[in-house]
Amino acid sequence: MMLINLAYLIAAILFILGLKGLGSPRSAPRGNMLGAVGMLIAIIATLINKEVMSYTWIIAGIVVGSAIGAIMAKRVQMTQMPEMVALFNGFGGAASLLVALSEYSKVAGHYHNALVADAGMAAPQWSVALLLSAIIGAVTLTGSIVAWAKLQGYADKAMQLPNQSLLRAGLGLVLLVLCAWFVVKPEMGIVLYAIALVALLLGILLVIAIGGADMPVVIALLNSYSGLAAAATGFVLNNNGLIISGSLVGASGIILSKIMCKAMNRSLGAVLFGGAMVSDEQMANIPGKEFYEGKVKSCGAEEVAMLLENAQKVVIAPGYGLAVAQAQHVTQELADLLEKRGVEVKFAIHPVAGRMPGHMNVLLAEAEVPYDKLVEMDNINPEFSQTDVTIVLGANDVTNPAARDDKTSPIYGMPILEVDKSRTVIVIKRSLSPGFAGIPNQLFINDNSLMLFGDAKAVLQDLTRAVMEL
Amino acid sequence: MEALIGALTIFVLAVFVGFEVITKVPPTLHTPLMSGSNAISGIAVVGAILCAGAEGTSLFATILGFLAVVLAMINIVGGFMVTDRMLQMFKRKKD
Repeated sequence: MMLINLAYLIAAILFILGLKGLGSPRSAPRGNMLGAVGMLIAIIATLINKEVMSYTWIIAGIVVGSAIGAIMAKRVQMTQMPEMVALFNGFGGAASLLVALSEYSKVAGHYHNALVADAGMAAPQWSVALLLSAIIGAVTLTGSIVAWAKLQGYADKAMQLPNQSLLRAGLGLVLLVLCAWFVVKPEMGIVLYAIALVALLLGILLVIAIGGADMPVVIALLNSYSGLAAAATGFVLNNNGLIISGSLVGASGIILSKIMCKAMNRSLGAVLFGGAMVSDEQMANIPGKEFYEGKVKSCGAEEVAMLLENAQKVVIAPGYGLAVAQAQHVTQELADLLEKRGVEVKFAIHPVAGRMPGHMNVLLAEAEVPYDKLVEMDNINPEFSQTDVTIVLGANDVTNPAARDDKTSPIYGMPILEVDKSRTVIVIKRSLSPGFAGIPNQLFINDNSLMLFGDAKAVLQDLTRAVMEL
Repeated sequence: MEALIGALTIFVLAVFVGFEVITKVPPTLHTPLMSGSNAISGIAVVGAILCAGAEGTSLFATILGFLAVVLAMINIVGGFMVTDRMLQMFKRKKD
């Protein structure tokens, strides 16, 4: 038993070293490998535990799970990473929920047989840990499934159920009462199952009202929950390996949700407990089409090619629209071409440029953009004033100068890419339609802005051709 | 009670270590960080194995344990593999 616990400690150390490896792209693959080795050690240590008597179900589970996981990892497209992470969060939560229920059923069996369980059936801390593991696991499971469905586009909008907050509060109250009941009478198995059911419902209710724009926060938060559920399972089983690993994941998810919230100028409370980004009152004051009337300058690919030809420094500011148009590769082609002609090219990455933290970086890395060309917001912003041409590609709200200048703007205070400070801004966009915030973009009518209308991929192909012909 | 305090101590310290380590991960690697931590939260497999392999329990408990093993293994294998796939993309570019 001592050896086994030592093995869990080694696994936990390897997880920490693995996460530390993620501190730079160079050391990251090795870090990931260390994490995998740690997991292997933890699994082997568990298999030799003398409590494990029969291996049939275990081996079946390992084979089936590994096969499904491997296929998913190989097949997933990089644009689909948010969906995959959402699903995996759900699986992690479900595993903790199932372990809690199974563990209860196991110990309860002993209890009724009058064998006093080692886990200390009568000890309230055991019941509380069991409850936390089941509840967090259940909320993570259904919450993640709803998040996944939203990312897939099945339920994209924030769905407001009637009396939503009342419903949530009611369910929460029922949950509390049931929990108190279970802690007092842990032999009532039916109460535990009722608790699991209520928690599953609560998970749906918590996420269903959250809009598509806030999904990066939600996925990060559910990521954290899946870790906390595992940590709670660790308390149930009295296993330090689970506690340490679970809390690492819990911390990671919380940090990422905080970063995402800051990048969107939202509070975690506002994301979770409702509230659209723009209030109804603000919505009424948002100007319509007349905002752009006669003030937008549009141009063609040849004109932009000439500007690029004469530029010394070009910055590309991509948004998710770039990925939707599948234009990552042609973007890199253009960047390559410009560099060969002696132009300095950088990419400006806003934290919410993709649909999850760091998503845009992965999409561009896949298109073979070197990672040292990807510059984060705080580092690139001071450089815009020395930039000749900035190309805004499928990004909208995150480039709106109103967030910086206009105190009455609904997005005032949101950190933006200050693309408007560069000499010329080229905005490649299909139309003048608004982004997630639903407001017009001041950038599009600025004197130094030129609109290049069209599908990002087609426009970039034209642009690349035009540059080559110069 | 003693054991609980011990476990809580470990929990709190591990959260602090987590904060320290993870704040140093650059935004470029935040997606691999999330898929990698998916894999780590698959550590629930430890509990799942203990449930699926215990003798003298009901078939119900065993089947719950089996399902938990499947789900946790999807997280582990899928998580580490997809993270590696992404990280190779970042590495390749440098040369």
